Amino acid sequence: MLTKRIIPCLDIKDGRTVKGINFVNLRDAGDPVELAEIYCDSGADELVFLDISASEEKRKTLADLVLRVAARIRIPFTVGGGISSVEDVEVLLKNGADKVCVNSAAVKRPELLNELSSRFGNQCIVVAIDAKKIDDSWKVHLVGGKVPTEVDLFEWAKEVEERGAGEIMFTSMDHDGTKNGFANEALAKLTELVNIPIIASGGAGNEQHFADTFIYGNSDAALAASVFHFKEIKISDLKKKLKEQGIPVRT
Amino acid sequence: MKLVQIDYGAGNVKNIQFAFERFGISPVLSSDPEEIRSADKVIFPGVGEASSAMEKLRKTGLDKVIPTLTQPVLGICLGMQLLCETSEENNTQGLGIISEEVKRFSNAVKVPQIGWNRIHDLNSHLFDGIDENEFMYLVHSYYVPLCDETIAVCDYEIPYSAALRKNNFYGVQFHPEKSSIAGEQLLKNFLSL
Repeated sequence: MLTKRIIPCLDIKDGRTVKGINFVNLRDAGDPVELAEIYCDSGADELVFLDISASEEKRKTLADLVLRVAARIRIPFTVGGGISSVEDVEVLLKNGADKVCVNSAAVKRPELLNELSSRFGNQCIVVAIDAKKIDDSWKVHLVGGKVPTEVDLFEWAKEVEERGAGEIMFTSMDHDGTKNGFANEALAKLTELVNIPIIASGGAGNEQHFADTFIYGNSDAALAASVFHFKEIKISDLKKKLKEQGIPVRT
Repeated sequence: MKLVQIDYGAGNVKNIQFAFERFGISPVLSSDPEEIRSADKVIFPGVGEASSAMEKLRKTGLDKVIPTLTQPVLGICLGMQLLCETSEENNTQGLGIISEEVKRFSNAVKVPQIGWNRIHDLNSHLFDGIDENEFMYLVHSYYVPLCDETIAVCDYEIPYSAALRKNNFYGVQFHPEKSSIAGEQLLKNFLSL
């Protein structure tokens, strides 16, 4: 049986991890490779690296990082942050990224997804969708959730599937950072609507939230950052808890 | 030990190279038939779409070379599927080493299958030291049905071939280079076949 995936997300700036990361055993808390190895050893199923830097050298720094991660990490990883062209993706995949995550650029120019999937296969194209519930409808937001659009979450999800996305990573802006749990109602609707895997993102605060998103949100994977970085949740403990509730996980 | 990875523009060559380098083996990436023939072991990688992969193999003449290899060959993911006769993916004619048809999962399940799944009924030295029901990482929309050449089984919608063997040709649907310690064990086993 295919298992539900637990995915720690690392925010990267200029090749270093950001946010105060609370790992006592780290020699260099800012080194994404070392942190990735720790997650890998503790049972993470995949990793996501999101580059939030805006520097001129961004592309080169990220490509170098991908190469270093790929050399050391024995599990799959996805890279995202400002990806907007076939060339961007080519460099990252060539350097060893398993998947890339596309967000704003796809909303601005949806054909990009067709180009990417026909060139590289849909298995490596993850589309990140940030959305917020306004009145009664979920609207897609851009630039890390800062810029609202008129695009409807569910229509967009359907469209990205048709254009060749292999997976959708859905972040609810209403839940992100709250630690009150994932947006399971919207997630359940998404998993019903499309036939590609859905990664739940935003809102993880405790172990039960992960169980809930798998049970009620029907999510295929759950992503979180701070609860792992600050060691509020240990991945090995989390998986034990999920297993106790009958949720298939890799242990 | 000379290990050659067939170079035809497949996507996951870097990760396969890194996986071997982690235990001290450096594969040579080559599209030269003589170089490939002279290898002790050959890796046939593959990620992406079947018809364009076959097109690349035909252009370089490698479609004629691969079936004549006599040393152990390991096809990974699409590399495994291309060992077969045909694929439903854009009606592709494969290398025909294994007379099976590659099929697409139905929409009763999410396609592609992405993630960690168990493999069982392990029946080859390729799996020495790997437990029954071990987890491996898979990403695929197409599968090879169970057949005489099946040496490991995975379940998604139906039981299907997680690995195949015919004579010196081996294939794995999962990604050993991304499957943690068990995957690494499989790569080591391949080298000692």
